Amino acid sequence: MILLATLFIPLLVAGIMILIPGAQGKTHRTLAAVGTAAAFLVSLVLWFQYDSTNAAFQFVIDYPWITSLDVGFRFGLDGMSLLLVLLTTFMMTIAVLSSWESVRDREKQYYIWMLILEFGMLGVFMALDTFLFYIFWELVLIPMYFLIGVWGGRDRIYASMKFFIYTMGGSLLMLVAIIWLGAYAEGSGGFTTDLQKLMSIAPNTALDAQKWLFLAFALSFCIKVPVFPLHTWLPDAHTQAPTAGSVILAGVMLKMGTYGLIRFNLQLFPQSSLHFADFISVLAVIGIIYGALLAMVQTDVKRLVAYSSVAHLGFVTLGIFSMTTEGVQGAVIQMVNHGLSTGMLFLLVGYIYDRRHTRQMSDFGGLARSMPVYATFFAIAVFASVGLPGLNGFVGEYLTLIGAFTSQHLSTTWFAILGATGVIFAAVYLLILFQRMFFGPITHPENEKGKIKDLSRLETGILVPIVIFIVWIGIHPNTFLHVSEASSRAVVGVVEELSGSTDYTAEVQERKSGQAIADEGSENRAVPTSGPMPEETEGESAPGAQVLAPPPVVQPEGGQ
Amino acid sequence: MSEHDFLAIAPITTVAVFSLIVMLVDALVKKNTSLMQTLSVVGLLGGIGVAIWTLPKSLNGFNGLVAGGGMTNLFDILFCSAGILTVFLAKDYLERLGGHFNEFYTLLLMATSGAMLMAHATDFITLFVGVELMSICFYVLAGFLRRQVRSNEAAIKYFLLGAFASGFLLYGMALIYGTVGGTGYADVAANAATVEMPFIFWAGVALMIVGLAFKVAAFPFHQWAPDVYEGAPTVIAGFMSTAGKAAAFSAFIIFLNSVYGSGVEGTDRVQILLAVLAVGSMFIGNVTAIAQTNVKRMLAYSSVAHAGYMLIGLAAGSPDGSFGIIYYLIAYLFMQLGAFAIVGLLENEKGCNLTFDDYKGLSKRRPGLAMVMAIFMFSLTGIPPFAGFFGKYQLFKAAIGAEMTWLAICGVVASVISVWFYLGLVIAMFFRDSEEKQAEGGTLGGLSTAALAVAVVGTLVIGFLPQAIYDLLS
Repeated sequence: MILLATLFIPLLVAGIMILIPGAQGKTHRTLAAVGTAAAFLVSLVLWFQYDSTNAAFQFVIDYPWITSLDVGFRFGLDGMSLLLVLLTTFMMTIAVLSSWESVRDREKQYYIWMLILEFGMLGVFMALDTFLFYIFWELVLIPMYFLIGVWGGRDRIYASMKFFIYTMGGSLLMLVAIIWLGAYAEGSGGFTTDLQKLMSIAPNTALDAQKWLFLAFALSFCIKVPVFPLHTWLPDAHTQAPTAGSVILAGVMLKMGTYGLIRFNLQLFPQSSLHFADFISVLAVIGIIYGALLAMVQTDVKRLVAYSSVAHLGFVTLGIFSMTTEGVQGAVIQMVNHGLSTGMLFLLVGYIYDRRHTRQMSDFGGLARSMPVYATFFAIAVFASVGLPGLNGFVGEYLTLIGAFTSQHLSTTWFAILGATGVIFAAVYLLILFQRMFFGPITHPENEKGKIKDLSRLETGILVPIVIFIVWIGIHPNTFLHVSEASSRAVVGVVEELSGSTDYTAEVQERKSGQAIADEGSENRAVPTSGPMPEETEGESAPGAQVLAPPPVVQPEGGQ
Repeated sequence: MSEHDFLAIAPITTVAVFSLIVMLVDALVKKNTSLMQTLSVVGLLGGIGVAIWTLPKSLNGFNGLVAGGGMTNLFDILFCSAGILTVFLAKDYLERLGGHFNEFYTLLLMATSGAMLMAHATDFITLFVGVELMSICFYVLAGFLRRQVRSNEAAIKYFLLGAFASGFLLYGMALIYGTVGGTGYADVAANAATVEMPFIFWAGVALMIVGLAFKVAAFPFHQWAPDVYEGAPTVIAGFMSTAGKAAAFSAFIIFLNSVYGSGVEGTDRVQILLAVLAVGSMFIGNVTAIAQTNVKRMLAYSSVAHAGYMLIGLAAGSPDGSFGIIYYLIAYLFMQLGAFAIVGLLENEKGCNLTFDDYKGLSKRRPGLAMVMAIFMFSLTGIPPFAGFFGKYQLFKAAIGAEMTWLAICGVVASVISVWFYLGLVIAMFFRDSEEKQAEGGTLGGLSTAALAVAVVGTLVIGFLPQAIYDLLS
């Protein structure tokens, strides 16, 4: 119930706002702020009720929708999605507050889109049904399209169209793959889009077909992440979006892609994940280096931050496809980190843009003297982004690189070594950025003390909570790592079992026969396990068996 | 004649009788348009009521000339709903454009009963009567704004090409009759597998496919659609592109099912042929639509593409495919009629104000209308959570279920292409401002508002109802 409350509060508030006539700014602003804050508070309840020792999905809800196709309103959270849900509700509150003063055009519409966006993103992280997931996945496009197109910068129309066509083009092949998988399940109990059922069915697909399915899903997620060479929509969309839009794009929406890679590619197609691990890691490392190099030559601050996202998300992708517990854990925490630090950077860029209406680095210089508070926050964000030990970025990058270095599934340690250079590059471009903006003489009279205002109380108030989390994760990451650990182990466990055998096809055959036994034995059981079933029924004690404990039986009423 | 005979055609009779009543009352009572509207709506609602009543039955009437119940009656409901929405929209539109004559309602009801007859037909003769009844009414309705040159042009074009297509249809029927020895679908199903000259039989089937593909405006027989839709009164264009298309698809489904069900060798070739038509329609329709500057023409070309999506269901040749087509048609009814309703509302007295440029800044002038139009555009693109997506899902599922995954992939690629022009309209409405002052368009009357509301609600909720429709049919 709490889960549904978190999901539907934004939609409900948006519905109320539609009914309130006129564009009275203050009413809508307040409502939106209250709505997002309420969603955040309710999601905190999820955090406290979550049992982090259990790797299975929790707060599971299952209402029938299209029974003949076994499509249902299925929601649930594991450790990874819980962290991302919290990130979403937190960053949305920040984003709405940050628009308080900077958005004055068609406010009602603006905040309604923001709330629908939150609804869509939460749905993506909560859905346990491929059909439902796809609906939320696409639903997110519409509000973001309007946010960029209506409230964006000069080239907003080009950017919004590019964003839309890229993402939709990628995801439609995923739709075909989703249907294909559903039809494949007809062989083992009927058409289904139930993700938990598919997790035990999908790995049985023949490797040839599975590779195509993997690619169809991966294309859609890699565009969203974005993985090189599918990243070209990102700088345009980020640069043209309004400040809050960029915060959400970078802070949350990109994580939909990396989340999808873990939840769908790794969990549904472990054999193909092993097959493609090297390939995707190459792209990830190229992304890390290429993104950093591009960031280095940018003159527009916002564009620089946008390219830095390409590099940072490269670490996440590399961590995921190292398929080690450290790597996946690092990827999860790095998703949160990137959301916080890059979100904060976009906020800061937005603040200075509101004051000066320019984002060119050459228009600044010496701001440290005229805006000391601003400079301090900027420094924190930059250092967090660089990966300074003690702040959050370090933890994530360290773990992902460890994962990539020790991984049995990647063919060479060069991925980790080359990836590590990305950390140095990040220091170069971010410190150069900081130096050019804040040190040196003041070259433009508009930047002088007194002529340019330092941060207002509201602006500071928005940044402080982000800083708290940045430091918290930096000093005591276990608070957060602990939550996702069991789930990450479960994901890796599936892959690890497979990698034990060299002959995939024999493995698949074995699993298939095991599946048949499992099916007979568990006809009346409500839910299959989150891991493959054969291990259970055959009583093997595989390495990952402990973490693959069967989840609790679904309570149709929604449980907690 | 038994009770079965009457029940099988009861929905058609209701609507047809009311069309005659409207004609008679019009002759007796002078210039009372609201009475005509009321009578038409009552007739169409009666049609829906009778269709719902007989839906659970499985009827076969007049020695296999017509059937009733189940899927057929669902089509009846679809046609009558399209008719009601069109009646609601017609008043505002026709009064503004100076063409509000009572014959409109008689013709509309006649066309609806023709469409219904097509869905009920299980014999070539009944099918042909239905096709002609519907088409002739459409020819007249397309030219209903008789003072406008383009309306006349549309009527003539539609008539000439339509007559040609009827010829194909009839020739096909003749060839099939010659080989299977009967005009009923039952004869086809029973004898097709054992015909002496399969070549003649397949030629007949191919010619019928040509005729029906013309009626659904599928590639390469779609050339008439943009000109006719552009010239015809906008409300009629909306009706033709939804009910007209649906009628042709209903005939298509029932006819092809009899061929597929006959066990004759070579149905896979028909499937491939239909798949090719589907791919051609989707791509040609969408690509050509990109180049349009007139919104009505854009919708016309895009309707070619939608015919293509639905042909996927026919190519799949499975019950899933038939269900996908019906479901898509229901979704399409709301979104396409809604889009045409708004186009009609913004069209000015001279039939202008129809280009993409004219829609610039609409979200500032009429925010509600722009938002509703945006919903229809997203739905037509096939983006969830709107109706169009759920329809496409069913069709693509049918294709994949029939092991034609490549066809589903073509479908999604075509959908991506369609983003360009559907969202182009959204861009014009929301992201651009008009340089000069734009015409306001017509005022939104009570009836039009009701029709638009129904269309929007339909577009929003249809995705949550597939199970209900599924259960209704099985």
